[in-house]
Amino acid sequence: MKPIYFLALIPVIALLGGPFWANSMTPYILGMPLFFFWNFSWLILTSLVVFLIYKLDPINKEEGSEE
Amino acid sequence: MNITLVIIFGFLAFVLFLGILARRGKDMDLEQWTVGGRGFGSILVMILLAGEIYSTSTFLGNSGWAYGIGGPALYGLAFAALGYLFSYWVYPAVWRYGTKHRLVSQADFYVKKYNSPILGVIVSIVGVLALIPFLVLQLKGLGIIVSTTSYGAISPTIAVWIGAIAVTVYVMISGIHGSVWTAVLKDIMIAGVALFLGIYIPIHYFGGLQPMFEAVDAVKPNFLTLPSQGMGASWFISTVILTTLGFYMWPQTFGSAYAAKNAKTLRKNAFILPLYGALSIGVLFVGYTAIVQVPGLQGPEMDLALLKLSMKTFDPWFVGVIGAAGLLTALVPGSMILMSSATLLAKNVYKHFVPSTTDQQIISIAKILVPVLALIAVYFTLTGGNTIVALLLMGYSMVTQLAPSFFASLMKNKFVTKQGAIAGIIAGLAIVGYTTLTKATIGTLFPAFPQVIKDLNVGLIAVLINIIVMIGVSLVTKAASAHGEEEIEAA
Repeated sequence: MKPIYFLALIPVIALLGGPFWANSMTPYILGMPLFFFWNFSWLILTSLVVFLIYKLDPINKEEGSEE
Repeated sequence: MNITLVIIFGFLAFVLFLGILARRGKDMDLEQWTVGGRGFGSILVMILLAGEIYSTSTFLGNSGWAYGIGGPALYGLAFAALGYLFSYWVYPAVWRYGTKHRLVSQADFYVKKYNSPILGVIVSIVGVLALIPFLVLQLKGLGIIVSTTSYGAISPTIAVWIGAIAVTVYVMISGIHGSVWTAVLKDIMIAGVALFLGIYIPIHYFGGLQPMFEAVDAVKPNFLTLPSQGMGASWFISTVILTTLGFYMWPQTFGSAYAAKNAKTLRKNAFILPLYGALSIGVLFVGYTAIVQVPGLQGPEMDLALLKLSMKTFDPWFVGVIGAAGLLTALVPGSMILMSSATLLAKNVYKHFVPSTTDQQIISIAKILVPVLALIAVYFTLTGGNTIVALLLMGYSMVTQLAPSFFASLMKNKFVTKQGAIAGIIAGLAIVGYTTLTKATIGTLFPAFPQVIKDLNVGLIAVLINIIVMIGVSLVTKAASAHGEEEIEAA
């Protein structure tokens, strides 16, 4: 297991923990209620985390068009 | 026939035409028909995978749930994030093994991994069982779109039949190539419509996003958060886990992964697709606006929220464009589902019992099964009274039963035996079947349990029992094989 893969834990904790610490209408952030904003922003941030993993994972550089 | 329907049926005719074009000049052997000859690059695979995920369940289902259920509907965002996150590892693993052994279907994967043809039969049957509610919800969506936008001229029943016939004809003429090109059109349209509606509707009615949310909160206080019981925190978390596990288990998803040219393509999709998925919040905004603007839709009617609001807001021709986008979001996944189920039954069930079947015969049998499966789905569509998302979650509960033995097969240390895999799947499915038929929840089965446990998604409990049985039986059969090989041979 490459250490960089542990980044994946961040969105898991954030999204499964959301109901405990973000389950509220207020405050509104960017016009969205907190619980909505939390889930939506973590969808975007998860994409960013995967992008980081993708860029830092040597497997995507080693492989040519073969894999 | 009104202008709305003319536009919707115009698109339908155009899509069927695209399907015929896609077929021309290609020899349709089994590999071509199902996995497109394994030459799809990033964009095409993305479209295929997105095409399956963004179906009617997003368009009508999510807006309906946003309208009728509120906060718990956000499980969809959390699940999309986690599903794609782990797809970074899961899809390449499926692709690598599938390409190495030239696999065509999901069941092939299990047959090869566990060296057990009968497991392939079971996996195929579970896959088809889980796909039926998924197909039913697409037909339901088609029916809703056609009958609602006809302003009552076409009854829901006839609309469902029209949808079923369209999907069937479409699959029979084109196979996967048709799906790809319609998927291109569909994804552009659905993304455009979702984005436009998501921006326009809240501004049109409330002057902005926050006033819209505040108006909803005034009508239904705290509706957009999780309630303290029922679909509360434990429901949300267990449903997100269940659907994330099930995300990779759909038979057609395996087909799309095999169709990729390389593993990098699939890893790239893991960060592109969530961004595309983020567009679906536009659809949620529409559902929230409808709470205030078209109140009073009860039960399964909540799936009408987006269309009712669109008809109130826009000219009929634009409702036609929205309806056409909706039609495509049902047609593309619907055709994928029909094709996957028919191929699974032909190749992994029929051929198991009649081993002399040739590839050409498998295609013929699959083509006969397409209308048969469509008829079964029509039957359930016309008799069932569930909302689209409820149907989706039912399919997920079933298909997720394939997850424990799938993930066990990816481990280096193969401690799960074929007997363990089979027993686990059957045990999990039995629980899902029992709770679906009796409408039991953990709350009704064990009234004395604390609320947190009672609200767990019952599908996840089935997965846990599946895992326990799988490990238990594997340990027993491992021990037996250590005693004497002949016992295993007999089994």
